[in-house]
Amino acid sequence: MSADFLYGIEVVINGLMAGVLYALVALGFVLIFKASGIFNYAQGVMALFAALTLVGIMEGQVPFSHLINAVFGTEIHHFGWHVPALLAIAMTLLVMVAFAWMVQHFVFRHLVGQEPIILFMATIGLAYFLEGVGDLMWGSDIKTLALGLPQGGSLWVEEATQGLGGDDFYGFFLDKLDMVATVVAIVLVGALIAFAQYTKQGRAMRAVADDHQAALSVGISLNYIWVLVWSLAGLVALVAGVMWGAKSGVQFSLSLIALKALPVLMLGGFTSIPGAIVGGLIIGVGEKLFEYLIGPMVGGATENWFAYVLALIFLVFRPQGLFGEKIIERV
Amino acid sequence: MLYREAGDFKTSYQADSQTFPIAFDRYRYWVVLAFAFLVVPFLINDYWANALLVPFLIYAIAAIGLNILTGYCGQVSLGTGGFMAVGAYACYKLMTSFPDVSIVIHIVLAGGITAAVGAAFGLPSLRIKGFYLAVATLAAQFFLVWLFNKVSWFYNYSASGQINAPERTVLGVAVTGPATEPWAQYMICLVFVTVCAIVARNLTRGALGRQWMSIRDMDIAAEIIGVNPLKAKLTAFAVSSFFIGISGALFFAVYLGAVEVGEAFGIQKSFLVLFMIIIGGLGSIFGAFAGAAFLVVLPVVLKVIGVDLLGWPTDLVAHLQLVIVGALIMFFLIKEPHGLAQLWRLAKEKLRLWPFPY
Repeated sequence: MSADFLYGIEVVINGLMAGVLYALVALGFVLIFKASGIFNYAQGVMALFAALTLVGIMEGQVPFSHLINAVFGTEIHHFGWHVPALLAIAMTLLVMVAFAWMVQHFVFRHLVGQEPIILFMATIGLAYFLEGVGDLMWGSDIKTLALGLPQGGSLWVEEATQGLGGDDFYGFFLDKLDMVATVVAIVLVGALIAFAQYTKQGRAMRAVADDHQAALSVGISLNYIWVLVWSLAGLVALVAGVMWGAKSGVQFSLSLIALKALPVLMLGGFTSIPGAIVGGLIIGVGEKLFEYLIGPMVGGATENWFAYVLALIFLVFRPQGLFGEKIIERV
Repeated sequence: MLYREAGDFKTSYQADSQTFPIAFDRYRYWVVLAFAFLVVPFLINDYWANALLVPFLIYAIAAIGLNILTGYCGQVSLGTGGFMAVGAYACYKLMTSFPDVSIVIHIVLAGGITAAVGAAFGLPSLRIKGFYLAVATLAAQFFLVWLFNKVSWFYNYSASGQINAPERTVLGVAVTGPATEPWAQYMICLVFVTVCAIVARNLTRGALGRQWMSIRDMDIAAEIIGVNPLKAKLTAFAVSSFFIGISGALFFAVYLGAVEVGEAFGIQKSFLVLFMIIIGGLGSIFGAFAGAAFLVVLPVVLKVIGVDLLGWPTDLVAHLQLVIVGALIMFFLIKEPHGLAQLWRLAKEKLRLWPFPY
């Protein structure tokens, strides 16, 4: 095999691993959209907020310290303890559940029955709000997330594949963190699907997704289910935030992964969990391959827009996405 | 008392279909215009022009443009920043390629070029609807910004990748470049705003505007009663992009003077203009002004209160601003989905009947 071909394979593998992460974020969108018809733009900011909270709790930061110091003229920053990672993750989950409850209670309960586009704009407002709150609570400086996850390239893969394509091929370069993230994402996706299929809450969730009124009439509490899906989305956001945060530091750009997940959704369809996964993989591989093959010809950095254009072209031929429900229009 | 139709007899068809049917509104309109054209230019100073009035006027044009597309035609667009960038770069290329032609013509032409680009990106709207379209317009946003970053022809191969507005004059007065007086900046923006608002208002009252609104309310029903969706949607995209292009050209040439595309016309700008029309009111020209004024004034007020009065650090105030804007958006959507314009409409209804409750 020639070295060029092998490099192509390396790009595809890296693309698949990036795609799994996109799929993870997209999954958070699909969960909320299916259950409540809300297209949650704030998903990316939720990931940022979850990662910020996790770091803040682990470091023992005082929430809102910046604000408190400015108002009262004090000089407090840290409680002076460090929380072990697992405990901190549990506490962050609690924060995300509380957040889910508040979102449902203060915002979306009052917007039931509004047009979908109004709900969408409300989530944009929510994204701004949450971004501001996250910065106020924990400060806006770039933080490192030290969970002890493996970093750097995997020597094992590199050595095992060395020499496949002749002497000038140095073996595949795969990031250990990406590999861990892929495994975690696959486990999480499996767990979510199992949850939706085999538990009582999961069944109730699917019932709500099918038909709100029918679900209400058999005694399912919509309020409860909506808090549940927002909490699940919070969990997905936390995992996504941890993975991306460990990779590139916890900072504002983390919230932009939401924008990366949008074309994934368009491709896979807003209402389909398998669609989110397949769409994520297609986008991940597609943009990496495009950048590898065409990118150098047009000046690079095509990853910013390629996914959108791909999704756009795709949608023109199949407006409901790959696995989306067929759009039936009535007057 | 004064705010009545009673006694104001319309004797011709023209008088009956005028923009402001109530006499008080007509006088108010002329008073506001006279104040803006004859009084403000003599009072304006550098701070007022740069912090408040010029950005307000420019964002008002962008908000009118987006309101035509989103508020009147119901097509949500998140590509406003990208289209503003098209206007800015078109204006820059025209200014540097044809230095002898008046800048006013350049700005209008830049609007025309943006209209063509906007119509091209509007083509998918015939197949794609709702959220899918909103996300599809993001393709325009990211692709256009990337294009202006990567293709050096657009910024005349300058080393910094920035575009700088050369000095141009209108009637012998400099309106772009570093030597511009604040009142000249203000006046050129004001002229464009006035013309754009009048054009937009009359377009939305006419046959075209009614077609847009019928597409917004229910596109299939509109198609059945004989509205051509191709024509209605593409004209909405084109007209909307025309205004947005003009505002982008003014934003670059008159307001900032030097632009780096990712910074000035990023996705944040798209959201900002979208927020303006939500807070101001979807489907209302007055709403575009109200929303633009609100979101231009709010950061300045917060900065004055937070930084100057309370002495808080600037980054803290910036974060608080995010929280407040986000909370306000949600508050408005819950309490008054039709925005400030609806409050204004309600107030007018009350005034008409005053002092009787009904």
